[in-house]
Amino acid sequence: MDLQLNNITHAYGDMAVLDDINFSVAGGEIVCIVGPSGCGKSTLLRLIGGLERPTSGEVLLLGQPPQTSLNPLTYIFQDFALLPWRTVAGNISLALEDHPISKQESKQIIDDVLSRTHLSDFRNAWPRQLSGGMKQRVAIARALAVSPAVMLMDEPLSALDSQTRELLMDDLISLWVRESFTAIYVTHNLHEAVRFGHKIVVLSRRPGKVREIVEIDKPLDARSTDSPELEEIQRYLWGLMREEARVADRELINV
Amino acid sequence: MSENKANQVPFRGGGFSHKPSFLISITVFVTLILFWEFGSRVGFISNLVLPAPSEAFIAFLQLIETGMLWKHLSASLQRLALGWTFGTLLGVAVGLLIGLFSIVRAGLSPLVSAIFAIPKIALLPLFIIWFGIGEGSKVATILFGTFFPTVIATYGGVDNVDRNLIRMGQSFGLSRLSIVRKIILPGALPAILSGFRISASIGIILLVAAEMIGAEFGVGAYILLAGSLMATDQLIAGVSILSFMGLTMAWIIGKAENYFLKWRVL
Repeated sequence: MDLQLNNITHAYGDMAVLDDINFSVAGGEIVCIVGPSGCGKSTLLRLIGGLERPTSGEVLLLGQPPQTSLNPLTYIFQDFALLPWRTVAGNISLALEDHPISKQESKQIIDDVLSRTHLSDFRNAWPRQLSGGMKQRVAIARALAVSPAVMLMDEPLSALDSQTRELLMDDLISLWVRESFTAIYVTHNLHEAVRFGHKIVVLSRRPGKVREIVEIDKPLDARSTDSPELEEIQRYLWGLMREEARVADRELINV
Repeated sequence: MSENKANQVPFRGGGFSHKPSFLISITVFVTLILFWEFGSRVGFISNLVLPAPSEAFIAFLQLIETGMLWKHLSASLQRLALGWTFGTLLGVAVGLLIGLFSIVRAGLSPLVSAIFAIPKIALLPLFIIWFGIGEGSKVATILFGTFFPTVIATYGGVDNVDRNLIRMGQSFGLSRLSIVRKIILPGALPAILSGFRISASIGIILLVAAEMIGAEFGVGAYILLAGSLMATDQLIAGVSILSFMGLTMAWIIGKAENYFLKWRVL
């Protein structure tokens, strides 16, 4: 299933946040959205997932999501958004409970996603017992459980320390390599963007506009952390953003 | 600093944290009672001012022997159980409605704030007219008194539920009912349970006050009678029963917290 954004413009009251955003996401593709802080990246993601309505413009789903998909557009949040009063398995089951599937099937799905995210030993653990990286793995497992057509990832690694971030990035890449999924990945970390994105949408400072769309052809599993080619792209992206990030940093936040 | 003398870095951390010590708690309590008993025996605490703890204990034993303890206690517990149960149930329901619906909030929350401040005992004469001098007015006083703090605790708890968790629920397509049941209610439960703590003590206070008007049995009636007869030993015995009731309720709620909130970060 493809996704297409047509002339998305959004404002909170008088404050324009996004201005005429256009791009498309093909099935099996990972699109990273980068931009200086406050450029409306997360707002854009909320618009795409239908949690907010754009002031004008439209987000189109092209084609039917696969029959097996319980929740075509599924989020992964920066702060994990796990229910502290449910165990690991309980948190995953939450996403399945409102769907007409049997207990048996639901148990099978939970077992499957736990093993795909290497969490099988933690099924009865409470969120408070888990490290940040493990919590995000649970959130990823929960997202996989509803077999999304498009994953909407809102800075999923930003709340983690840098070692954990590397490990989780490796996990995400191997998940994608094993079974490709479609994702929109919002981040302010250019290093993550060049490692994980097939396409990188660079947004400008508020009101966010598409400044440039950079495509990276190198397959995900062939990208190493220290490849000079990726570093070159990363430097180029930083060149695009640097001045704006500096100005954005000095802006007052008025939300 | 000029010489190369090695000095250990002086320690200046520590303190400002609590370690529970059951031993100290019990020692202070026992010492106080013993001092009081000693003072009464020696005579520097006049018997007119304060009876000895042993006398109060004897009064309590008499209560048991005559079988009156059970009569008073059962009357009181029944009123408290009815008033508190319905007061908190209604309170949680109304608190949830205020927390969930803007219209209900706009309509009821000023009303709740306005009535919350009224000492419910001042309304007792009205309740007697409405519900009769018997059980009705007493239960109503407790019900009213426990209702309002529960409402406020509940909607405060609902307001404090992490918005991001609600957004997560929506993003997975959960129904409104599921979001309320599985996200909002458990998220508000810590606040609701601490509201129960407060409403339990308010319930006991109102119970006694209500029983001081037109009740034959009940711990409050017993204390009132003791007071008017200047039977201070019975008065102390009665007050101790109340204190024990408060402790028991706090203990039960503590157990409930441990059970329902075992997921909490300690």
